[in-house]
Amino acid sequence: MVIECKHVWNYLSDYLDDSLSPETKELVQRHLEHCEICSAILDSTRNIVVLTADDRVFELPIGYSERLHARLAQEIESNEARTRKDSGD
Amino acid sequence: MNVEHPDRDEAQMIAAILAGDTRQYHELIRPYERSVYKMALSFMKNEPDAEDVAQEAFLKAFRKLADFRGQAKFSTWLISITLNEARSRLRRQSTVPMESLDQVTGEGGHISPALLRDWREVPSEALERKEIRAILVEAIGHLSPLYREVLLLRDVEEFSIEETATALTITPGTVKVRLHRARMMMQKELAPKLKNANPRRRWFQWS
Repeated sequence: MVIECKHVWNYLSDYLDDSLSPETKELVQRHLEHCEICSAILDSTRNIVVLTADDRVFELPIGYSERLHARLAQEIESNEARTRKDSGD
Repeated sequence: MNVEHPDRDEAQMIAAILAGDTRQYHELIRPYERSVYKMALSFMKNEPDAEDVAQEAFLKAFRKLADFRGQAKFSTWLISITLNEARSRLRRQSTVPMESLDQVTGEGGHISPALLRDWREVPSEALERKEIRAILVEAIGHLSPLYREVLLLRDVEEFSIEETATALTITPGTVKVRLHRARMMMQKELAPKLKNANPRRRWFQWS
């Protein structure tokens, strides 16, 4: 069985996640061997997925962590104060 | 959340916090500061709002910690809270209801990828360049929320299909369909840009 490019595109994401059935995977692989367009689409998609996962893509604002923990500390303290009051200390 | 922490016993930390050792919460959340911010930024699209949403999500998680039953991982639960916080903030800010934003690209129809004859790998060192980082963040921001959240969890946070499904309360099948579309939309937008942003000479001129 031969499949067309359009159908191969539908399988690319599952192909990258290796979640296709062995038969479909085989069909897609055979198509990719001789189709340079689908191979380029697969390669570019895989490359983009790899880049997207890189921690450098999103930069944290300077001081983000400090501000976050300062706010949490406030919340935790007022929570402790409430607990003390509730328990009648 | 792609980092495993084999020495951390989160269930035990959570039990301690609930029993009154509330300061441990600082340690509990430390590994997730980055993930929560990324998720918030992808939705809010500006740093101050993203930071606000991130702080609010961590505070809510603290207040609701007793509701965490351990049926999912703490990270999955925390991400759901972040998503809800970002969604409700956007709903408040926007006069356009979220649902209609989601429908712009719809769930049906076929997405054709950008057609290329060959692909020259963009190395991860390219991310040292600010403009490359910016076009990636922008492309994620251009996805409609339904696709963006799936792509963020699966490809940015590297959750499994099942974890993504749990965090979003959708089926694994729906995750796969949306993920496929999200990745194709990313390829369509990014492949032409990254191809042009890949002038080999510039990277190797000093080698």
